[in-house]
Amino acid sequence: MTQDKIKQKEKEKEKEDFQSSFETSYLKVGGRYKGLWGWIFSTDHKRIGILYLVSILTFFAVAVCIGLLMRLELIAPGPTIVNPDTYNAFFTLHGVIMIFLFIIPGIPATLGNFFLPLQIGAPDVAFPRLNLLSWWLFIIGAIIAISSLFTGGGAPDTGWTFYAPYSIRTGTNVTMAVFGAFVMGFSSILTGLNFIVTIHRMRAKGMGWFRMPLFVWGHYATAWIQVLATPILSITLLLVIVERLMNLGLFDPARGGDPLLYQHLFWIYSHPAVYVMILPAMGVISEIIPTFSSKNIFGYKAIAYSSLTIAFVGYLVWGHHMYTSGMSDTARWIFSLLTFLVAIPSGVKVFNWVATLYKGSIQMAPPMLFTFTFIFLFSIGGLTGLVNGALATDIHIHDTAFVVGHFHYVMFGGTGFALFAALLYWLPKMTGRMYNQKAIFRSWFFLFIGFNMLYFSMLVLGWLGMPRRYYDYLPRFHSLHLVSTIGSWILAVGLILFFATLLRSLKKGEPAGPNPWGGTTLEWQTSSPPPLENFHELPVVEHGPYNYDGGKNE
Amino acid sequence: MNMTTVVETLPHGHKDHIGARIGMWLFLFTEVLLFGGLFLLYSVYRSNFPEDFHYCAGNLDTLMGTVNTVILLTSSLTMVLAVANLERKNRKYASIFLLATMLFGLLFLVNKYIEWSAKIEHGLFPNSEILQQHTMGENVFYSLYYLMTGLHGLHIVIGIIILAVMFYQVARKPRRKIRLSSVNAKDINLTDQSGETLWTHRESEPVQTIEMALVYNRHEDVADRQLIKVENSGLYWHLVDVIWIFLFPLFYLIT
Amino acid sequence: MEEKMEKKNVRPFSTYLVIWLGLLMLTGVTVTVSGLNLGQWSVLGAIIIAAVKSTLVVLFFMHLKYEDRVFKIMLGLAIVTLAVIMVLTFVDVSFR
Repeated sequence: MTQDKIKQKEKEKEKEDFQSSFETSYLKVGGRYKGLWGWIFSTDHKRIGILYLVSILTFFAVAVCIGLLMRLELIAPGPTIVNPDTYNAFFTLHGVIMIFLFIIPGIPATLGNFFLPLQIGAPDVAFPRLNLLSWWLFIIGAIIAISSLFTGGGAPDTGWTFYAPYSIRTGTNVTMAVFGAFVMGFSSILTGLNFIVTIHRMRAKGMGWFRMPLFVWGHYATAWIQVLATPILSITLLLVIVERLMNLGLFDPARGGDPLLYQHLFWIYSHPAVYVMILPAMGVISEIIPTFSSKNIFGYKAIAYSSLTIAFVGYLVWGHHMYTSGMSDTARWIFSLLTFLVAIPSGVKVFNWVATLYKGSIQMAPPMLFTFTFIFLFSIGGLTGLVNGALATDIHIHDTAFVVGHFHYVMFGGTGFALFAALLYWLPKMTGRMYNQKAIFRSWFFLFIGFNMLYFSMLVLGWLGMPRRYYDYLPRFHSLHLVSTIGSWILAVGLILFFATLLRSLKKGEPAGPNPWGGTTLEWQTSSPPPLENFHELPVVEHGPYNYDGGKNE
Repeated sequence: MNMTTVVETLPHGHKDHIGARIGMWLFLFTEVLLFGGLFLLYSVYRSNFPEDFHYCAGNLDTLMGTVNTVILLTSSLTMVLAVANLERKNRKYASIFLLATMLFGLLFLVNKYIEWSAKIEHGLFPNSEILQQHTMGENVFYSLYYLMTGLHGLHIVIGIIILAVMFYQVARKPRRKIRLSSVNAKDINLTDQSGETLWTHRESEPVQTIEMALVYNRHEDVADRQLIKVENSGLYWHLVDVIWIFLFPLFYLIT
Repeated sequence: MEEKMEKKNVRPFSTYLVIWLGLLMLTGVTVTVSGLNLGQWSVLGAIIIAAVKSTLVVLFFMHLKYEDRVFKIMLGLAIVTLAVIMVLTFVDVSFR
C-alpha cells in the first residue's frame, strides 16, 4: 500500500472511532430525558458544564458589545452617542454582566464542572441535582438582573459596586439588579460546596491529595472562597434591598449609619471574589504548561499550597479598595502591608511555571501560545496591582483609568485569556473535533494587539489624571482615548475570528482522538467526547498527574 | 418458567452519608457568614453608641427573651431525640419528637409576634415618627433589632417547613422507588423469596422500563437515606438555635 | 460496589438530657450576670457564656465531637475567617 493509501485508511479509522465515540458519548446519551429537556434537566456534570459555557459566552458577547459602545462614547470629548445617564448605566451593566454573569461562574462552572470529575476519576460530582439547581439559579438570577433594564427606573447607574448612600437613593432599578445578583450568589455557593465534597470524597482509588492535577487544587481553593465569602455579598445585597424598601438608615450618617460599613461589607466579599476569578485560571495554566513542555511541573507541592495561601491571604486585604474613602490611617497602612503579602504566592506560581519550561520540549500549539500570553498580560496586571496596592501611589491613581487598565489586565488578560487557552486545550476532548489551528493563530494577532492598545492606553491615561466612570474629559486626553477605542475594534475582530473558528470546528473539525496533545491527566485516558459515565471502567491511579518522566519523579 | 434477571437501577448515585453531612456543614458555614455580616454591623454600631444600646436593651422584655431562649434550647433537645430515635429505628417516637420540635418553633414565632406587636404599638419601628425623635443610636438599635430577629425568624419559618416535610416522610410507611431498565418483556411477575406472586402485569407490547414504589410494612425497614435527611435537618435547626443563643444576650442582656 | 459501613456512634438519651440541663443552667447564669453591674465586662461575659452554650450544642447536639477530624478543621476555618473579618474591620473603626 502506498503512503497515501495508508494515510487514507488511518483517516477513515479515525472517523469511525470518532463516530462510535460520539454515538455513545454524553452528547448523544443524556439519561432520562430526550432532546432539549435532556439538556436543561440533565444532572450530568458534562452537560451542565456545556449549559454554563453557552450561557456565559452569550453574556460575555452582550457585555463586550456594551464595552464597545462605551469606547465609542469615549472616542471624543463631550457627548458622542449617548447622554451621561445612559453612560452611567452602560458602565454599571458592563461591570455587572462581566463580573456576575461571566467571570465569577467563569472557568469553575464551565470547565471545572466538565473536567474536575474526569481529572479525579469520578463518575460525576457529589451532588448532581444540586449542580443542576446551581445552573437554574444562575439563569433565573441573570433574567432578574437583566429585567432591571426594562422595569422600574431602568438600568442601575451606580457602578457595579452599588455604593451606599447613592444606591439607596437612586431612582434606577437597583433593587431588581441587586436581587438578581443575590440569586446568582447562591449558584456560586452551590458550585463551591459541590466541588469541596467531590474532591474530598470521590477521588479514584490511588489518587491521594498530592496526585491530584493542579487544576483540581485550584478549584478546591476557589470553592472554599465561594462558600465562605459569597454569603457576605448576599447579606450586603440584602441590606441594599431592605434599605431601599424600608429605609432603615444603617448607612445614612444623618441617622447614625456609616456608609463606610457598606464599603467594608462589599469588599470583604469582592476582594476574595477576584481570587475566585484567578485561581481556576492559574490551575489551567498549570495543566497546559507540563503538557506542551513534555515535562513534569516544577514544584508541584509549592503550587498546590500557593493556591490555598492565596485563598487565605485574599481575606486580609480588602481595605486596599478603600484607601481614599475615609478609613483610619492605621487601617490604611495595615491593609497596604497585607496586600504586599498576597503577591508572594502568586510569584511562586509564575516562577514555577517558568522553571517547568526550562529544558522542556516546547510545543507551540494554540493552548501554549495563549498560556504565554496569559503569563505576559497577567504579569503586567500584577505589577500595576502593586502600584494600586501601595498606599502612597494609590492616592494618586485611585478612581482613575489606571485602575481600569489594571483590572482588565488581570481579569481579561489573565482569566479571560486563560479561559481561551482552556477552551483551546479541552474543546477537542469535549467535542471530539479539532479546530483550525492556523485560524486561531491569526486571531491571536488581533487579540493581542487590540488588547494592549485598548488597555495600555488606560494605564497611561489614568497616570495622567483621567478619572474612571467619567463620560467627558479634557481635550489633552483625546489622542490616547482614540488609540484605546481603535484598540477595542481590533480586539473585537480578534474575538469574532477566535470564536468563529471554534464554532466552525463543531461541525467541520477533524476527529481529534482521545489525546491530541499528549496529556497525562486522566481526562485524556477516555474517549473524545467522553461517554456519559466518564470512564467505561473507573481508573486506578498509580502515579502523579504529570507523568513525563515515566513515573521516576514520584 | 422463563425468568429473566433484571438489573436494578438505583436512583442516581450511591449514598455517601459522610459526604452528605460535609455538604450540610458547608451550607451551615454560609449561614454563619451571612449572619456574621450582621453581627459585624452590630458590633461596630454598639461600639459607636454604647449608652443608647444599653438603654434600648433595657426596653426589651428580658423575660420574653429568656422564655424564647428556653423554648429554642428545648426544641434542639427534641430535635436530637428525634434523630436518636430514628437511629434506633423507632419511627413512631422520631415523628413525635419532630412534631414537638415544630411546635416549639411555632411557639417561638408566636412570642416574637407578641414582642414585635408590643413595640410597634408603642411606635417603635423603623422610620416611625416617635423613633425619629429619638437619638441616632436608638434608631440604629431598633433597625438592627428588627433586621436581625426578622432574618432569624425567617430561618425558623424555613426550618419548620423542612421539619414538616421530614415529619411527613418519617411518619408514613417507608417506601423505596425502584427503576428497572432494559426489561424488554411483555409479561411481568414480581415474586418474593418464597415464590409467592406479589404483583403481575400484562402488556401487549414489550416494556422497556418499570418504575415502582415498594412500601415496607415493618418499622425496622427504615431506609438509611431517611436518617441522613433528618440528621441534616437537625443540623440546620441547631444552627438556628445557636444564632439565637448569640442574639439573645446581645439584644436583651447588655444592661 | 462496596458500601463503607459507618461506625455509628449512638449516644444514650441521657447524654442529651444532661446537656440540655446544662444549657438551661447557663441561660440562667447569663441572665443573672446581666443583672449585676459589670459595665463593659458584661458584653464580654455574655459572649463567653454564649460561646460555651454554642460549643455544647455544636459538640453534642450536632455530633461534632464524634465526627471525623475533617469536620472540625472545616468549622475552624469558617470561624477563623469570620474572626479575621471582624478584627480587620475594627482596625479601621477603632482608629478613626
